[in-house]
Amino acid sequence: MARKLTVSILVLGIIVAAALWFLTKSRSNEHMESTPPDHKVDLANGKTMFDIGGCVSCHTDSKEDRTRLGGGVALASPFGTFYTPNISPDPDDGIGRWTPAQFVTAMRGGISPEGEHLYPSFPYTSYRRMTAGDLLDMFAYIKTLPPVKGKARDHDLPFPFNIRAVLGGWKLLFLNGGQYTPAASRDAQWNRGAYLVNGPGHCAECHSPRNALGGILDRQRFAGGPSPEGQGWVPNITQQGLASWSAGDIAEFLKSGMTPEFDSAGGSMTAVIRNTAQLSDADRTAMAAYIKSLPAVAGPLRPAKK
Amino acid sequence: MKFSTFCAAAAVAVVSIAATAVVAQQDPIAARKALMKESGQATAAVVKMTKGETPFDLATAQASFKTYQNIASRMPALFPENSKSGGETTAAPAIWEKMDDFKARFTKFDADAKAAEASVKDLDSLKEAVANVSRNCGGCHEAYRVKKS
Repeated sequence: MARKLTVSILVLGIIVAAALWFLTKSRSNEHMESTPPDHKVDLANGKTMFDIGGCVSCHTDSKEDRTRLGGGVALASPFGTFYTPNISPDPDDGIGRWTPAQFVTAMRGGISPEGEHLYPSFPYTSYRRMTAGDLLDMFAYIKTLPPVKGKARDHDLPFPFNIRAVLGGWKLLFLNGGQYTPAASRDAQWNRGAYLVNGPGHCAECHSPRNALGGILDRQRFAGGPSPEGQGWVPNITQQGLASWSAGDIAEFLKSGMTPEFDSAGGSMTAVIRNTAQLSDADRTAMAAYIKSLPAVAGPLRPAKK
Repeated sequence: MKFSTFCAAAAVAVVSIAATAVVAQQDPIAARKALMKESGQATAAVVKMTKGETPFDLATAQASFKTYQNIASRMPALFPENSKSGGETTAAPAIWEKMDDFKARFTKFDADAKAAEASVKDLDSLKEAVANVSRNCGGCHEAYRVKKS
């Protein structure tokens, strides 16, 4: 009897595992469907997408040189330490041999050209909201930057997070939505802001609390929470936290890093400001209009004061 | 000014300096916060001018850069080993791991503020000076401040 049960469980387990594997295995061709084959590259737009995308913040150590994307930057997280890869156009160590389609697939599906699942520390959960045209422009812009030699070291992750197949399940749970659809009830500026904030800007990735599996708690999107890097607290940027800031204050902060109280941005936000400082006033104003419109949502409670 | 008024003013000044020193020794975290607040006020004065919200005033601008120098010279002493936590401090543990770099940043902030004070003549030179000096704020906050709210 006991033996029969064991066999049944084993068989059931194998069936479940096979089904899961089939459901979650990476498919590398599914993200190109909407890619315009006759896209005309706009390098200036590519640079804008590259800047708001914040590629530089993780893929280079330098605070001044925004062109050398050799990676190797350590990103601490509750799941272990990630080391960002080389995304310079170097053919051997970077992404020089990638096709535009492979780039779009990585940005939207979190899948490498080898068909491996990429870790969501690379925020494809947000980048997937970008239009194919913007992604292709971004890729074209990256290809104009200097190739950098050297591969980054492997991620330092404990079991089971070091098994990439596990990410297939994670994606089933948390990878959702597609390209941003403009809201008909809002004006063009608001929609541009919503696109920049939720797509390339990936603001919600840090400014939202996450569950134990690292998925964003959608109801508390933008409501802040403990820093994923382990120290400190990320501010609530809904009207719960930013009620006293005008849209102009938000736009100024994205430009200069100066708060309405004449304090300056710190921590990881300093690097974000280096990116948003590159944008046009119109884009910063659009982001500010959208952020100012986020209804007040209470974030997780801060731990008690010491 | 009557001599008695002068004496009273002098006495108040001496007491307040002494009090600040005592506070700094007893409660470095509170002293750090007070200096940061002062720094914010100095920044407000010059940034309002660069944005055209208030008219350019040379003396006010120079006073702000003097305030920065004063803060830069006093700050490094306010991070003793026993002030790593408590009092809602936003000081990052990295300060004590890289104390030499941390202190060097104040030396640079001081020098930049001095240069700014000497260079400012009109609104255009003020804009440049503010941009140069305020880079020190973000640079240090990026590495050494951890916000908790």
